Amino acid sequence: MYAYDEIDRTLVNERVSEFRDQVKRRLSGELTEDEFKILRLQNGVYLQLHAYMFRVAIPYGTLSSDQLRRLAHIARRYDRGYGHFTTRQNIQFNWIKLAELPDALADLAEVGIHAMQTSGNNMRNVTSDQWAGVAPGEIEDPRIWSELLRQHTTLHPEFSFLPRKFKIAITASDHDRAAIKIHDIGLRLVKNEKGETGFEVLVGGGLGRTPFIAKTIKHFVHGRDILSYVEAILRVYNQYGRRDNIYKARIKILVHELGIEKFSREVEEEWQHIRNSSLQIDDAVIEDIRSRFSYPAYEKLPHMPDELRQAAADPAFEAWRKNSVAPHKVQGYSIVTISLKPVGGPPGDATAEQMDALADLADKYSFGEIRVGHEQNLALPHVAKRDLPALWRALDKLGLATPNVNLISDIIACPGLDYCSLANARSIPIAQELTRRFANHELANLIGRLHINISGCINACGHHHVGHIGILGVEKNGEEVYQITIGGRADENAALGNLIGPGVKFEEVADVIEDVVEAYLALRERPEELFIDTVKRLGVEPFKERVYATR
Amino acid sequence: MPLVKGGKIADDTFTRLADDAPLPASGDILLSADRFVKDTDALLARAGKVGVIWPNSRDIDELVPHLVRLAAVALVFPTFRDGRAYSQARLLRERYAYRGELRATGQVLRDQFVFMLRAGFDSFEVKKQADAEAFAQTVKRYSVFYQPTGDGRVTALHRRMQLRHSEGVGT
Repeated sequence: MYAYDEIDRTLVNERVSEFRDQVKRRLSGELTEDEFKILRLQNGVYLQLHAYMFRVAIPYGTLSSDQLRRLAHIARRYDRGYGHFTTRQNIQFNWIKLAELPDALADLAEVGIHAMQTSGNNMRNVTSDQWAGVAPGEIEDPRIWSELLRQHTTLHPEFSFLPRKFKIAITASDHDRAAIKIHDIGLRLVKNEKGETGFEVLVGGGLGRTPFIAKTIKHFVHGRDILSYVEAILRVYNQYGRRDNIYKARIKILVHELGIEKFSREVEEEWQHIRNSSLQIDDAVIEDIRSRFSYPAYEKLPHMPDELRQAAADPAFEAWRKNSVAPHKVQGYSIVTISLKPVGGPPGDATAEQMDALADLADKYSFGEIRVGHEQNLALPHVAKRDLPALWRALDKLGLATPNVNLISDIIACPGLDYCSLANARSIPIAQELTRRFANHELANLIGRLHINISGCINACGHHHVGHIGILGVEKNGEEVYQITIGGRADENAALGNLIGPGVKFEEVADVIEDVVEAYLALRERPEELFIDTVKRLGVEPFKERVYATR
Repeated sequence: MPLVKGGKIADDTFTRLADDAPLPASGDILLSADRFVKDTDALLARAGKVGVIWPNSRDIDELVPHLVRLAAVALVFPTFRDGRAYSQARLLRERYAYRGELRATGQVLRDQFVFMLRAGFDSFEVKKQADAEAFAQTVKRYSVFYQPTGDGRVTALHRRMQLRHSEGVGT
């Protein structure tokens, strides 16, 4: 956990007062809606179909139990009793009243949470691996660097009015859980031959209307230079990124139009001017940030405690353990993923009661810490293995033990037309129907790892391009039509999916997905061959033939 | 449109000169980049200060050779959403050591003042009278700054180091 000091607290409080003044000026008419819009966006406030939506940052996906309780309080006091976890380690509340927003922000500030730059054309919440600091084999805890970047990107005097939004993600593991290749800047922690910490820097990834996988711009940037290197990228982007067309304004388009070689030369030239400036970070600064992260005092525990051995006899427990429990870097502990994808429920939603109860469970079993992942699930990062059976029983009572993590019903979806003013089509009802179709755990297990991603418009908040199966809702002649892609992935081998055929109507989507899955089961070489690997081996054609033969 | 300079509302000594307007014999003038580039020597030879309005889409490098003879550079915010001039301002101040007046023009509103000051602007053609009047108060909104810029404010990272050091001395 990172603990705010007086300096961080002061800044967040100053931001709240500023926003209170801005809301006051809007309500009095001193500010026009056009003028106010960008100010509210910079504080995470969107105007949606029915009401204001409020997006709160959970930097690098780390929450304390007190912070989670406060989010529950926001849901209860200012909203309708629930919140929605997003694909970028944020939580959204959908029914906030404008006049109450400053109070909500003040309540959050008391526990070190803010909503700065969770929307608008600025540097967004810095995201990272939700298993940071506990995953075995990690280079080092990426949250130290994430926090450094969080601070550096907050209220940046030069880059708060960029051509378009700008997202940074950081990973420190071989397996990329932070989806860095679909970010404007992706940072992968690496060590050089001298054992020094630095970053492979990727740039120009992004989804939306024109999806791109990020390209490596530099193989090694030393840790002490990371702020100046990021600043150089931003400066080139701020000056030369397109501002004439909102759909061509992301850095991916600039990188694409200039070509990665020319773009990297521009950045290099800029960087040489500023790398030896006060942006250079010395070890003492890093150590200071590191010192404000607290780590649990782990016990020395057996690898296989009796409690776990006994519980293995219960097939329901085993079903959950097998897909929700992951190895921890410390013996005797586990990382537990908590599925926010119950059968028939909207993906990523949690009620205030669930959040409060989960905060209590985190205190009891996970040193008071909770994590939020881009898959719209939560995690308890430090659970002693002996506690797993008790934790499972408690989660089950709360409706938080659906044994479907990484299975077909663990769907990522945007809010879609049910809430969003940009959407062309509904996402949530599609997800709900699919979870019902694949509710049978034996069937889901037989299918194995399979990620479905759903977006209700081309802006791709549900990351449909990188779903193993991607579903994109569009509007055609006043009707919702869904385009289906297969073969996408968001990890270290990130790839964009390919269309399997013409779009289908709302009512047909679940049938088509069932057919895709049936095709996979028939086409796979052996049960261990995952869906994504079968698609890679065979391409789209055999799927297309089977799915569309009878349509 | 009120001008804020030196932290308060001030008279503007500069007259904006249209591209086709005759050159006055004396007095401070503010010109477009096009006119300035076309007629640099004649403009700088006359009595009175010269300032140039530099568009945010034009490379600042072109202006650099003339900086020492310029009394003012006005950068442009066509809308407050367009942040290119923040980069130009920092380059002028921090890389090219420009010390003359650096003026923010265009859609300049209260909520940009702190960013502009940090980027190196020291005068502001403010859109609304109420915003200009609120200048002194508005720039005190923040006391914590995370990024180092040329304005010399102590960043949070450095303040922490100082605090740590002073604590260390005391124990």
